[in-house]
Amino acid sequence: MTTDTAVRDFHPRAHAALNNPQIRANFRKAMDGLMSKRQQAFEGWALDTLREQGAKARLRALAKLPELLEQLETQLTANGIQVHWAESPDEACRIIREICEARGAKSVIKGKSMVSEEMHLNAYLEAHGIEALESDLGEYIVQMAEETPSHIIMPAIHKNTGEISELMHHKTGTQRSQDVEYLTASARQQLREKFMRADVGLSGVNFAVAETGTLCLVENEGNGRMTTTVPPCHIAVTGIEKVVEKLEDITPLLALLPRSATGQHITTYVNMISGPRQPEERDGPEAVHLVLLDNGRSDIYQDDELLDTLRCIRCGACMNHCPVYTRVGGHTYGTTYPGPIGKILMPHLIGLDEGRHLPSASSLCGACGEVCPVKIPIPKLLVRLRREAVDGDQLHPSQMSGHGVKRQRFEVMIWQSWAWLNQHPRLYRLATRITTRLRKLQPHRLGAWTRYRTAPRLAPKTLHEQMSERQRGKPLAEVKR
Amino acid sequence: MKTETAQTPVKIYPPKPDKVYFYGTCLIDLFYPDAGMAGIQLLEREGIEVIFPEGQTCCGQPAYSSGYHDQARSVAASQLNLFPEAWPIVVPSGSCGGMMRQHYPDLFADTPQSSQANAIAARTWELTDFLLHVCHIQLKDLGEPTTVAMHTSCSARREMGVAEVGPQLLSQLANVTLVEQARAAECCGFGGTFAIRHPEISAAMVSDKADSLVDTGATRFVTTDCGCLMNIHGHAEQSHKPIQGEHILSFLWQRTGEAHS
Repeated sequence: MTTDTAVRDFHPRAHAALNNPQIRANFRKAMDGLMSKRQQAFEGWALDTLREQGAKARLRALAKLPELLEQLETQLTANGIQVHWAESPDEACRIIREICEARGAKSVIKGKSMVSEEMHLNAYLEAHGIEALESDLGEYIVQMAEETPSHIIMPAIHKNTGEISELMHHKTGTQRSQDVEYLTASARQQLREKFMRADVGLSGVNFAVAETGTLCLVENEGNGRMTTTVPPCHIAVTGIEKVVEKLEDITPLLALLPRSATGQHITTYVNMISGPRQPEERDGPEAVHLVLLDNGRSDIYQDDELLDTLRCIRCGACMNHCPVYTRVGGHTYGTTYPGPIGKILMPHLIGLDEGRHLPSASSLCGACGEVCPVKIPIPKLLVRLRREAVDGDQLHPSQMSGHGVKRQRFEVMIWQSWAWLNQHPRLYRLATRITTRLRKLQPHRLGAWTRYRTAPRLAPKTLHEQMSERQRGKPLAEVKR
Repeated sequence: MKTETAQTPVKIYPPKPDKVYFYGTCLIDLFYPDAGMAGIQLLEREGIEVIFPEGQTCCGQPAYSSGYHDQARSVAASQLNLFPEAWPIVVPSGSCGGMMRQHYPDLFADTPQSSQANAIAARTWELTDFLLHVCHIQLKDLGEPTTVAMHTSCSARREMGVAEVGPQLLSQLANVTLVEQARAAECCGFGGTFAIRHPEISAAMVSDKADSLVDTGATRFVTTDCGCLMNIHGHAEQSHKPIQGEHILSFLWQRTGEAHS
């Protein structure tokens, strides 16, 4: 089991990924494709307006989250769905195990759920003698390879067809092939048998509608529908932030989610689950449960700025457009959620001390915030977390668990000296003037910078000097252009 | 509890003023003063008097984006008093302009300088944007035929919304052919302290960026920001990639300067 405590090894893993041509090529190709598909999918749409609608639907839900969660529980219960609350991943795992044990369940078939990854549910169930099998094709591959998802939407995006074929050959005896159709059909056949035998189906949730007590689940492979309808018991698991107020809120969100994620206009399946099988119905599970996981989310909720993190609808567009993610891939982060959303979410789930490398691993280029379908100001939140990591603002004392972990006396001293110099213009001008006079002595090596670049060269005269000479009446021609 | 999303403010350009404040930025001051002088001369040629406040040092951005907001605020506070008149403040950098226009309001929220910071933010302009949309500059190309590529910085593109401005200015130059690199909107990997804290990732990014620029066939690129310039040019120089960079203002002045000055 990969744990989040591996986050600290960010740099060695980044080094390995950057020097792995296969990983580099797989991600570059996939991300280029996803970016262009997204762009095409939104052609003809008033995207800013739509994003505004999506953001408002999420913000409205978050503004009354406690009430909506109560309403959701009431409506779900009325619909015959049993609701469970879990504060921690351990508690959520225990709840799911108890539901399984009460039914004598020995096997769980899973639809895609990142919250179950957050809980490390598979390993937990295996340890308690319950088989957990992933049925999403990407998750199935990742499970077979004993890895974790490298992307929240496309878990096996780090592998190309050849690698997948090789893996399936070794693990299941599938014939080696570059034919994606063949490989998919082969996996599907193996999974079908498991579906028929599974005691419990476990899925995630994309939106939980408080007004109607409906669980909305989107997917492309039909495995989500089978997970939620074939086994006699369906357990859905989700974070508490996934609630929306009204059914109509889903309209903009459902327009945004698949287009942002995979560039699809709509997913192949949109499941609206509103209860177990009724006496007059011929299929569907006899019992439906929803496990609502907090895992640090209610702490995020207390802060008006950090709260924006909870708007996320998990489309993955931020990672598809992230120049850092594209270079290092998902596993480098060592967290359940990689990429930009992972950088702003994971520090809350595992603490800033564990997630200390995450907020700084961004050039703040802003591509993530630009494409976010619910307009999460990701770069701004990254700066906020950097501030928390160094306890950098006495006006706004740090709040988060592990804050101040990166505050080092030497670095503080550097910034204090920098601030002092820049607050004293005369000294600044003197210092910069002297610096340019000593330009011949300028070192050619400047640490990490000159490992990959030449050092920038100091000008013979600063702009300040040139302007002051000009004001003193020296004609411009004498000023070096 | 908030229910509003942050709206991108609509840019309303001011009428062409008689005077502007010029905020040179620390990188231009130390490393690229020629780009600063070029910007000043372009403004002057448009009939604008350029005021260069002597007390200017740094906008505070390096500390701000590193999380040291106390230090950023104390430096930025020392800059707020440099612009007493209501003239526009022009900045030859998307990054420093972005700091002043987008982040000063947040940095000074809940402080006595809040309204002053907001007022300064509202009249801060990236210089090429100002030349094109406020001065309505008409450039007359005096140079030999040449081909250039352009890299617009992420802050110029996304914080200042000026991605179209550089190409439009270059298109006024009759003898200049602008070629676009693949993945033009992708970051060059500078990111201030990012390049130091995550050197290998930054290097991978700048290497790809330089390759894309080389692949255009151009041997020269221009950019709005000195950070990107130091990064891409420095990388190309170190790894002997056949592309050289310069600030777009230097380029515009070189192409058009002689006849008018």
